Amino acid sequence: MAFDYEYYLRQDKMPHIWCPGCGLGVMLKSMLRAVHGMGWKKDDVVVVSGIGCTGRIPGYVDFNTLHTTHGRALTFAIGIKMVKPHLNVIVVGGDGDMLAIGGNHFIHAARRNVDITAIVYNNEIYGMTGGQVSPTTPHGWRTTTTPYGNLEPRMDIVEIAMGAGATFVARSTVYHTGQLEDYIKKAFEHKGFSVVEVLGHCHTGLGRRNKRPSAVQNFQWEKTVAIPLKAMEKLPPEKREGKIPMGIFRDDKEKVEYTEIYKELMKKAAG
Amino acid sequence: MSKKSDLKFMSGNEACAEGALYAGLTFFAGYPITPSSEIAEYLSAQLPKRGGVFIQMEDEIASMGAVIGASLTGAKSMTATSGPGFSLKQEHIGFACIAEVPCVVVNVQRGGPSTGFPTGPSQSDVMQARWGTHGDHPVIAVSPTTVEECFTEVVRAFNLAEKYRNPVIFLMDEIIGHMREKVRIPEPGELEILSRPRPTVPPEKYKPYDESFGDIPPMAAYGEGYRFHVTGLNHDETGFPTNNGKIIQRTEERLLRKIEANKEDIIKVVDMYADDSPEVVVITFGATVRSARAAVRTLRDTGVKAALLALYTVWPFPETQVREVTEKAKLVVVPELNLGQLIYEVERCASADAKVVGVNKINTEPITPVEIINKVKEEL
Amino acid sequence: MRYEVRLSGEGGQGLILAGIILGEAASVYDNLHAVQTQSYGPEARGGASKSEVIISDEPIDYPKVQEADILLAFTQESFDKYSPDVKEGGLIIVDSDGVKRTSAQKNVQIISIPFLRTAAEEIGRAIVANMIALGTIAEALEGRVKPESIEKAILARVPKGTEDLNKRAFDRGRQLYKERKG
Repeated sequence: MAFDYEYYLRQDKMPHIWCPGCGLGVMLKSMLRAVHGMGWKKDDVVVVSGIGCTGRIPGYVDFNTLHTTHGRALTFAIGIKMVKPHLNVIVVGGDGDMLAIGGNHFIHAARRNVDITAIVYNNEIYGMTGGQVSPTTPHGWRTTTTPYGNLEPRMDIVEIAMGAGATFVARSTVYHTGQLEDYIKKAFEHKGFSVVEVLGHCHTGLGRRNKRPSAVQNFQWEKTVAIPLKAMEKLPPEKREGKIPMGIFRDDKEKVEYTEIYKELMKKAAG
Repeated sequence: MSKKSDLKFMSGNEACAEGALYAGLTFFAGYPITPSSEIAEYLSAQLPKRGGVFIQMEDEIASMGAVIGASLTGAKSMTATSGPGFSLKQEHIGFACIAEVPCVVVNVQRGGPSTGFPTGPSQSDVMQARWGTHGDHPVIAVSPTTVEECFTEVVRAFNLAEKYRNPVIFLMDEIIGHMREKVRIPEPGELEILSRPRPTVPPEKYKPYDESFGDIPPMAAYGEGYRFHVTGLNHDETGFPTNNGKIIQRTEERLLRKIEANKEDIIKVVDMYADDSPEVVVITFGATVRSARAAVRTLRDTGVKAALLALYTVWPFPETQVREVTEKAKLVVVPELNLGQLIYEVERCASADAKVVGVNKINTEPITPVEIINKVKEEL
Repeated sequence: MRYEVRLSGEGGQGLILAGIILGEAASVYDNLHAVQTQSYGPEARGGASKSEVIISDEPIDYPKVQEADILLAFTQESFDKYSPDVKEGGLIIVDSDGVKRTSAQKNVQIISIPFLRTAAEEIGRAIVANMIALGTIAEALEGRVKPESIEKAILARVPKGTEDLNKRAFDRGRQLYKERKG
């Protein structure tokens, strides 16, 4: 039987605003299958976002939903989770939202290890505002604010998450839908701050200025550029150039989650 | 007479924290900033003991975000800051206004602009409290004049936030925040405690901004079966974004109206000798009320028919009260620890026959009674 | 009756706590009105420390010292800075080792007591110099705040296990004042 997406979607909010061929629909469907796989009640799920194309997800899903300010979704999510730790809190955001304007919140959420799953759609561009350079845009690429090519190096979301202390870190792509669902579900199962980077694309905002104008070309790029972590490790350095590793980079079950630590503190403080 | 155990000798910042707990505070997020940090320090010790959450966030913006998130789950929430942090919080104060999320933002004012003078007294955020965030928005600002009022007025601030589903600015200053005075801690139940209106309809009929309930729609909490949407975009009564200009205008007007139409309930002023047709009226707020009170007493002792109007609600501005008290006045004096902010509102509302002058000071010292008296003598 | 007390010296001498205890004794135990304020920030970090207590039987309007009735100065710097602001006919109490030069312009009385030395050598802990000073001030207040109330406030504020030490220091301070006044 086909998966019943409609059960989780706010039908009356369709059609969505995303361009045909966007990877966000793929990501959303993987996320909903993962939620279903967890057996969570809709009442117990909160989806929080910031601003951008990814930020529109909460409007479309039938959970407790919150569409916050640019970059700050994690801060609202922490408030929610700290008051009601039994709620399953998911934060979705794009690369610009989560890593540029929200970068400080991202690293501190990872450091704190509050049980929240952050799903980062990395399309390497600011899509909604019209294709401006983002922290993950490849060096040299043309965007509407880098007409001579991007002067800056790109930021690696997985490395940032790892460095900041996230206890579950994975990367998949919108081409590898089964794996993506699996990683998101594992992130949900993880007790602690989990990050899933979803390598995607914005063919209208970035692709068409950089010789990858169609959605199909972009899905093909995701298929070939992403190499499983194990396979990547076996590749000689010269062949790793331009490839992006995917897999589960960290799954730390030892570090105690923050709301648990806080519960202990409350017991101790109350005497 | 009070029992000794109810009497505490504490600072204004501590009294504010204790008052917030009395009002039902269960969530505080903050970021260290002088001269407000004692509020966070006090609550970091008390909240875990009393079943609430304290968290120090990575910055001011984050703490305001966390406060809104917590409030959406039903918790009475607060943050505390000072000038520079208040500037940073404005982004989310605007969010709380448009999404109608109750919360209290304490601002223990300090000198500015920018880093300014962290430890000196100031009242220079009068206008930031009103217009700090972009766009038209409703604002309530409450200001205490004594340490005990830091307790009782923050309770009022919470009540107003909850009742009107709006952020309330608790406008303190360094003088009150850092000084210690006796506070009588009220018994539980002694002060009225209000909570936000809750939905009376089942989840499938619930709309988060349902205007059929009036200007202040009932508010559900996350995780209680009401799966609703909240956004900082202009939205309709279902909470979802709208492009419909008519709805946008109507909703924004409702936001302003819920404060404007309830000014009688929200505004609190305390006057001294106002019904004696005063020829001189001193109008001020916060710690400066104390100096003004001493000045008015002395002036009366010397035969000047002086009166005081202390604004416990600074926003919405007590227009009617200012108009009435200045009706027969020749002179209106507005002492404030800034270079002239409140005076613009007083000028707008005071009797046209009265001359309105300021006593302004930003030299890190409070305004003294003598300075107010001298100003009056100079002008009369 | 507005009565202004200013305690001044260096950070670490416990003058802030002494001010809090005096304010608490006056307002909570004696049911008067009291306001305590203290120096903050750059001023406090620079080593100088100041604590002010205003006591009155009426609500207190202006919360800062205008003309001190009593100035306690533990250091020369604090004496030089604050002695000009003492009220005509007021009292200055100095630490005899910390303040060597005590010329005063006005008609004020100056009492010199070795607080820090007495604390270290007689009571055995330098840290209780503030309590000795508080004992002296308790007497100098001439009943405006009951010395018993100050004592109660001390016992309620100091760390458990140090009550006896602090009480001894307080009593010694009261005695020293009486000796100086003869």
